[in-house]
Amino acid sequence: MVMSAVVEEAVMDAPYGVAEPVRTIEHAAEEINGSFSLTDVSVAYGAETVIAGVNMLVPTRAVTALIGPSGCGKSTLLRCLNRMNDEIGNVRVGGTITLDGLDIYQKSIDPVDLRMRVGQVFQRPNPFPMSLYDNVAFGPRTQGVRKRDELDAIIEEALKDAALWDEVKNHLKKHAFELSGGQQQRLCIARALATKPEVLLMDEPASALDPISTQQIEDTIAELKNMVTIVIVTHNMQQAARISDQTAFMLRESMDQPAHLVEVGETKRMFTNPDDRRTESYITGRFG
Amino acid sequence: MSTRTRRANTARTIEAFMKLVTGACVALVVLTAVFILGKIVVSGLPGISLDFIFAKPAMGMRAGGIFPIIVGTLMLVTLTALLVLPLGIMAGIYLAEYAPKNLLTRIVRLSIANMAGVPSIVYGLFGLAVFVLLMQIGKSMLASALTLTCLTLPVVITSTEEALRQIPSDIRQAALALGATRWRAIYKVVLPAAAPGIVTGSILGLSRAAGETAPILVTGAAFFLPTLPDSVFSQYMSLPYHLYVLATQVPNVPPEVTWGTAFVLVAGVSIVSMFAAGWRSVQRRKVKW
Repeated sequence: MVMSAVVEEAVMDAPYGVAEPVRTIEHAAEEINGSFSLTDVSVAYGAETVIAGVNMLVPTRAVTALIGPSGCGKSTLLRCLNRMNDEIGNVRVGGTITLDGLDIYQKSIDPVDLRMRVGQVFQRPNPFPMSLYDNVAFGPRTQGVRKRDELDAIIEEALKDAALWDEVKNHLKKHAFELSGGQQQRLCIARALATKPEVLLMDEPASALDPISTQQIEDTIAELKNMVTIVIVTHNMQQAARISDQTAFMLRESMDQPAHLVEVGETKRMFTNPDDRRTESYITGRFG
Repeated sequence: MSTRTRRANTARTIEAFMKLVTGACVALVVLTAVFILGKIVVSGLPGISLDFIFAKPAMGMRAGGIFPIIVGTLMLVTLTALLVLPLGIMAGIYLAEYAPKNLLTRIVRLSIANMAGVPSIVYGLFGLAVFVLLMQIGKSMLASALTLTCLTLPVVITSTEEALRQIPSDIRQAALALGATRWRAIYKVVLPAAAPGIVTGSILGLSRAAGETAPILVTGAAFFLPTLPDSVFSQYMSLPYHLYVLATQVPNVPPEVTWGTAFVLVAGVSIVSMFAAGWRSVQRRKVKW
């Protein structure tokens, strides 16, 4: 378990996680570390509230899995964390989401700056139609990095972190579309890592991939959680059990009411001894 | 014979008949195109020579070459491109990437579609009234280029918008998620990907402009000029109008001069269009979504 003791304790104590991030003097040095706190978070598309009352803590340098049946708002909740919902229009986010104590929905926050701290990997690999090098260089260049040697170093590091370097180090000029699906997805991970984010959001990153590529992505995630906080949406129960430290189970019980967070807790406990019967039914495959 | 077999036979007959009818229509279209192009090539090619292309008209335009006319057309189309491409591509980008989905946007889009259907002589009269007279630019290459800009705008805007729409939205999402602004996502990722479509649409729009007679007839094209245009405020000679002049206004023009002019116009427009189509198909093959 990589979670800091304080955070872990907080997650265990509260029924739905913790409203305020817990800070101690000992942890002041790690102040900027990419932990989210969600308080009474709701999401509405126009007049329809689709998610309500989500309270949870996303601990730093650990993997948090969001699970639940299709249409329960997992991806929508994930996109609240880097404000990608802002791009859809007609979406309102209520409650408070803080990143290391900073309210990410306050007026003074530019979503563009937030997204450099909170990267995202999408469901389908979506490399840009350009070379591998230019794909990974996009983020750093956006941040103003121009020097060739500096870029080279960032790109090598990002590709190594995404476990793609050995396969592509002699082909950086290759067009990204020439890679296989699994390689493309690891390229997208490298591209997201190149901006040096504190958090990486992953929206079913392996659902479009074959089992071997999925395995490679999971191995990559296991390595990455030493560097960044990871929040992953997955449909795959075994995957959630294998790779995550904390699991949050979301459910929309009928179309008349918004989705809510049923239970959040340490993955091992959620999968062996969940508090809620609905969690147990879902995990054991009785619905969803 | 059972009902089912009879019905099956009828269906087969209709099938064969419709295949024949639709095929015959295609054949008719192809024959027409071949006939027109064939006539232009057969009648025009004998008139083509280096002299014809690089000499001035002589003997009241009945002999000599069409150099000033070619130059006038190229200058006019270039000036039109300089005006219409920035305006049209920017407008297309706004409509595809920024415009909110509301009634106003729909009205704007509908108006642009309607602009494409306005007859070119109406653009000509508009250009005469607004650019030549009201803005006092006078009959000139600039007035004609502005008029052709109005005529070509809907084509450029629409093809830009269409080309941008064909780019999957998930790469825009990826760029935004990396902390890019909308403009950076468009400029660095979406626009380069859409460039083949935009360039092709623009070239097709401009080649239509190159062949238009009515709008330039009333805004600045000259019957005959002894010299090349020396500024955008000069009048100029142009291929489509020159063709009209040779065919209807000057008696006893040798047919190879008239058809030769037609050949130069058609060949010029075709070469550019084919280059655009070829370039696009190469680009398409390079990037598969």
